[in-house]
Amino acid sequence: MALAADHSTDTVLNARADARAQGGQVSDWMPYLPASTSPFAPDGVDPESLTWAETVAPGSYTHKVLARGTRFRLEDPTGEACAHTLVYNALEPTERLNVADTQKIPWQAYLGAGHPLLSGDGRVLATILADTSGRHDAFCGTSTAAWNALRYGTALPEGPAPAGRDLFVKAAAKHGLGPADVPPSVSFFQGVRVAEDGSFDWSGSSGAGTAVELVAELPLLVLIANVPHPRDPRPEYIVGPLRVHAWRTPETHPTTPADERFDASPEVRRAYLNTLDYAEARGL
Amino acid sequence: MTTTIDNPVMRPVTTVPVPVTTYLTPDGQLVSSVPVGASYADGTHLEWGDPLVPGAVVLDEQVAPRASWSGVVRAGQVLTIVDVGGNQSGDCLLYNADHTDERYSAPDTLAWQDNAYIRTGTVLRSNLGRALMTVVGNEIDRQDTIGGACSRESNTLRYGHHVMYHHGCRENFLTEGAKHGLGMRDIVSNINWFMNVPIEEDGALGIVDGMSAPGRRVALRAEIDTLVLISNCPQMNNPCNDFNPTPLRMIVTEPDVDYEVGQ
Repeated sequence: MALAADHSTDTVLNARADARAQGGQVSDWMPYLPASTSPFAPDGVDPESLTWAETVAPGSYTHKVLARGTRFRLEDPTGEACAHTLVYNALEPTERLNVADTQKIPWQAYLGAGHPLLSGDGRVLATILADTSGRHDAFCGTSTAAWNALRYGTALPEGPAPAGRDLFVKAAAKHGLGPADVPPSVSFFQGVRVAEDGSFDWSGSSGAGTAVELVAELPLLVLIANVPHPRDPRPEYIVGPLRVHAWRTPETHPTTPADERFDASPEVRRAYLNTLDYAEARGL
Repeated sequence: MTTTIDNPVMRPVTTVPVPVTTYLTPDGQLVSSVPVGASYADGTHLEWGDPLVPGAVVLDEQVAPRASWSGVVRAGQVLTIVDVGGNQSGDCLLYNADHTDERYSAPDTLAWQDNAYIRTGTVLRSNLGRALMTVVGNEIDRQDTIGGACSRESNTLRYGHHVMYHHGCRENFLTEGAKHGLGMRDIVSNINWFMNVPIEEDGALGIVDGMSAPGRRVALRAEIDTLVLISNCPQMNNPCNDFNPTPLRMIVTEPDVDYEVGQ
């Protein structure tokens, strides 16, 4: 009732005027279009080079296809974001993040700067270039409706505690992918560590203002669900906004043999070789 | 060319294929492109075992070294997997038999139990968080679900491009999954029965020497009708099968009584 009283919508013309009067407002979470208008362009990045600028609402999701060589940056302005992330080869999305290979091939379970996000096809989909958080997780995946119902009493997608998997399923659907195309994911900004007996020690966030920066090694479909980590011990569904920026400049490029990280290890070197081989053959 | 394992206990007795891929070399030699040692060495000690949970046997099959296997375990039935030769990784994927979009999820299994290893009592959960199977018996310290499956592609990263044509678990999953309408999108992080992947304090992890032995078993009770895919790991370059691929035995029993964890 209160809402209706503020609107004059009795005719089409009035309704149109009323709708149009709502444009131009700002929210704490919204995409910025064109991306160059972002109020939060990362330091040192020419706003004109931005191709994606968005603040993702707590409990919501975003998705984008990025050109090969694009840099993208996830930022946690409050220390409460949790960026559950999936990446796919946008040209052939059966090639997607493989968490097992991402941990096994580099002989390292914890994500950080220099860590490749590997597909199951022996290639690097994206590389983590920089990381000021150090609190990430590749073990626990994201939340399901069953988990959130248990933890928070509700998991309705339209409710206050949506599950990460349900958001991923919707994001995937918008790129023609189905529920079977949502594999285990990684999460940024909320960490766990594995104790000697295998139990998970919650390390949580490292505070406000941290960021991770990645580069797309192939044309990349990125899905992000910003929901609490499933092992977050707090009884409330607590998650902060997530800031996303992506840009392309003459300096941004997929990893090549000229980059130090290309030779970081024999395993990752061969992964980059496989990636370049694929790109070359496809004429990318 | 095949050999038959003489084991009257099992039914049906299947055959173990011996690598026959051949190449006629310029000097007239017939050689195999399958590496020497791909199947277990003569004299390997094998323990075929028994069901871990007693009951009427409804299925009893061998999985040859390097081969794939699948079967449906009905709700309430118990699948015993026997590590016949010891330290033979059985790479395993699980699906809701009636609706395969619901499938095993390593992260859900681990997050729900708040532990990175599978042991007795672990509930093997789906991507919807539901129980597919429960580990009701287990004869090794811990089972792995972090190491993933080997593949031709990841082998090139791990060992070099010279191993590109070695057989791998993802090949087995594709072969076996195709029998059930499953493809690339359906292969997710799997379980590795009898494989050992420790996670060290600094996050270092890797496949190391196993903790199993001939005849060791794990028993899984199906909570819903579950399609089980197995790749009897053919990896030739790491200790996930002691560098000596051996058979697995799959036994499904209808337990005499409701069998509880640790009974």
